Amino acid sequence: MTLLEQPDPINAAERVFRRGDDSAVLRISEADAEMVETVDIDPLSDEPMIVNMGPVHPSTHGVLRLVLEMQGEQVLRSKPVIGYLHTGMEKTGEQLSYLQGGTNVTRMDYASPLFNELVFSLATEELLGIEVPPRAQWIRTMMCELNRISSHMLFQATNGMDVGAVSMMLYGNRLREETLRILEKITGLRMNHNYIRPGGVAVDLHDGWREDIAGLMDLLPPLIDEFDELLTGQPIFRERLQGVGAINAEECLALGVTGPILRGSGYAWDLRRDMPYLNYDELDFDVIVGTYGDCFDRYAVRLNEARESIKIVQQCMEKMPTGDYRLQDKKVTPPPRARIDESMEALIHHFKIFTEGFKVPEGEVYVAVESPRGELGCYMVSDGGAHPYRMHIRAPSFVNLQTMPHMMQDALVADVVAIISSVDPVLGEVDR
Amino acid sequence: MTSLPLAVDPLFVGGVGLEEVLIVALKVGVAFAMLMVSVMLMIWFERKLHADMTNRMGPTITGPFGLLQTLADGIKLFFKEDLLPNDERGDSAIFRLAPYLTLIPAFLIFTVVPIGGDFDNADGKVSWWGNTTQLQIADPPVGILFVLALSSLAVYGIMLAGWSSGSKYPLFGSVRASAQMVSYEAALGLSLVAVLVKSGTLSTHDIVAGQADGWNWNLWMTGFIPFIVFLIASTAELNRPPFDLVEAEQEIVGGFHTEYSSIRFALFFLGEYMNVVTMSAIMVTLFFGGPDGPIPFFESFGWAWGILWFMLKVLAFCFTFVWFRAALPRFRYDQLMDLGWKLLIPLSLGWIVALVALDLAASEGWNRPLVAVICFAGLMLMGTLLNAAVQSGKRKRLAGEGFD
Repeated sequence: MTLLEQPDPINAAERVFRRGDDSAVLRISEADAEMVETVDIDPLSDEPMIVNMGPVHPSTHGVLRLVLEMQGEQVLRSKPVIGYLHTGMEKTGEQLSYLQGGTNVTRMDYASPLFNELVFSLATEELLGIEVPPRAQWIRTMMCELNRISSHMLFQATNGMDVGAVSMMLYGNRLREETLRILEKITGLRMNHNYIRPGGVAVDLHDGWREDIAGLMDLLPPLIDEFDELLTGQPIFRERLQGVGAINAEECLALGVTGPILRGSGYAWDLRRDMPYLNYDELDFDVIVGTYGDCFDRYAVRLNEARESIKIVQQCMEKMPTGDYRLQDKKVTPPPRARIDESMEALIHHFKIFTEGFKVPEGEVYVAVESPRGELGCYMVSDGGAHPYRMHIRAPSFVNLQTMPHMMQDALVADVVAIISSVDPVLGEVDR
Repeated sequence: MTSLPLAVDPLFVGGVGLEEVLIVALKVGVAFAMLMVSVMLMIWFERKLHADMTNRMGPTITGPFGLLQTLADGIKLFFKEDLLPNDERGDSAIFRLAPYLTLIPAFLIFTVVPIGGDFDNADGKVSWWGNTTQLQIADPPVGILFVLALSSLAVYGIMLAGWSSGSKYPLFGSVRASAQMVSYEAALGLSLVAVLVKSGTLSTHDIVAGQADGWNWNLWMTGFIPFIVFLIASTAELNRPPFDLVEAEQEIVGGFHTEYSSIRFALFFLGEYMNVVTMSAIMVTLFFGGPDGPIPFFESFGWAWGILWFMLKVLAFCFTFVWFRAALPRFRYDQLMDLGWKLLIPLSLGWIVALVALDLAASEGWNRPLVAVICFAGLMLMGTLLNAAVQSGKRKRLAGEGFD
């Protein structure tokens, strides 16, 4: 094509680049996006460029794919494409018994697995109509807050990394590792613990857990303060995040956003305080809110939430009661291993629970907890059998992902990365 | 042939014979080997140091303290498949050429750097077997211009690499590279002017000679500001963090070298680290007196002491660059431009005026304190005005009014 010639009208391309459409969301099918790639556009024309960011990209937090319509470095519209990690976990959940379900849901949000187990267990328990012993409640609270610290530290690591502060990657992960070490000692695994189960928790806290956790609680605060030193006051870091990806509380509510993004925009909504579950009504902690709803506020909210979690864990340690770590109802929890050798009944119960599972009364239930990413809900329907008839997880990452196009409008490529990072999606949870 | 027009090396006075050729060949060989080894060590140094700063070990397996890690990486990359873009989308010929365009200037810049010599007690020249020579490969009278020219040339390598890849992320990197390097080239050049005004020469050898005896280092003679501007601008010129937008891994995957593999990628890597070493050497030459330093004993080997001091100073700068990388987040594209055009360039321009005014005051016998006060007031006034203009522009942009 010579330069003087009018470029061949790109029908398909014109169809997708609807000029004058100033919405933030790029409405283009993936097939069209691929087709536009092949269209021979006049190099001198100022047609926007379609850039596929992901699913394989260093900073899309897994396999998120973003189709960006770009004018130079500026994003005009964008479209998040998900599903690259879809493994049908909700459907799988229907094939597994309630006891096995924990291993399934724990793999959804792999950065905060205990919350998934918690919400699944709470839903099951509500259907069963059982009350777990107080010690189990407190263990669950404490473990979840430890998990929240590790998840927020992972955020600090990736957020620092995404704005180019490569050392933060290792500082954040170090703090996370220290926390995971304790979780591993208690649950046996670093991730995907399957520790919180219907009826209580899998095992009691080990001997010397107080020293271990107290040591961690002494170790963390000064290291978290290091983030303040290296990032919060750092001019380049502030420049990069302040005013980037701002979203206000009304928009958040309209999009169904929860968690640090909502709180960052100044709306104090925390299920732990507003709809208390476990023992949160007996604990003293602050709900951290931001002001501007930009990336910096979300960073600050998460950093300070980790500090609040430390406070909560310390309170849990003080208030930890003695007693059973799980319900001693033989229809729900298996008997202790030692009893199997002596008691025929115990053997039968053990066998029944691990082969057939326990039956759950008919009914449906929705339970929500505050995960590090927002409202994590579990909707469960039981038909009276040993498997859930339907299990749906309201994944906060999935809902929060909707904000991306709105935050990214008119942002630069560098901002796109900061925004993805500040939404902090876990793709395992998004796709499930 | 008594005098060569461009290379007035004392070695060639009295004609060029076999001895002279051998000496030049020796110097070239030594410089080449030194640079290659120093690049290898620089990569190791960066990895070790950054590991230290982030609670890691860094390379430990290959060789003592992991010293041979770079070599191992190089060999591995050499045996990797070499992928080229097809000619429909990219340009494989330019794609092949680009790595050399970054590598060769990095080599050539080093030729004008005096790496040793005794500038305190002698004129910095050494005598070997009756031949007087300088410890630098060449000393053209336009040495500094040569450095500037070559460092500008390095842009082409990066720009063409990104462009010829025929892929989008490299294109981003390439566009960023051209804008960034062109704007920081200006700041780099302007901060150099202060040095040139003080030294009154463009030859690197004479600049170093002018700084002999610690108190004459251009660092304090030019009042720190040009050095700071030069340090920032050269970091940007090297595409080192926090100015590594060109290859910003988190944003544009690998920038200009996204599509490069095998030995071509290794060449870029080599070029980048070689640039770090040579730019550190240039900074030492310009502001820190080059090989200047104390000579406690073995005075007849003063030149060897020079080499030692020179290397220590270069090492200090290499450390600084690694430190930048470990501590600082990356700039955004527009912030980078803001820093360059709205701060560094006006600052170095104003500083030149002030320096020249003070120089004039010294030679004309004016009242120096008064001139200094006037200069300072003028700088402050200009700074305030500029800031006001920038702020009003920002307000307009945020209000969406535009500039037309």
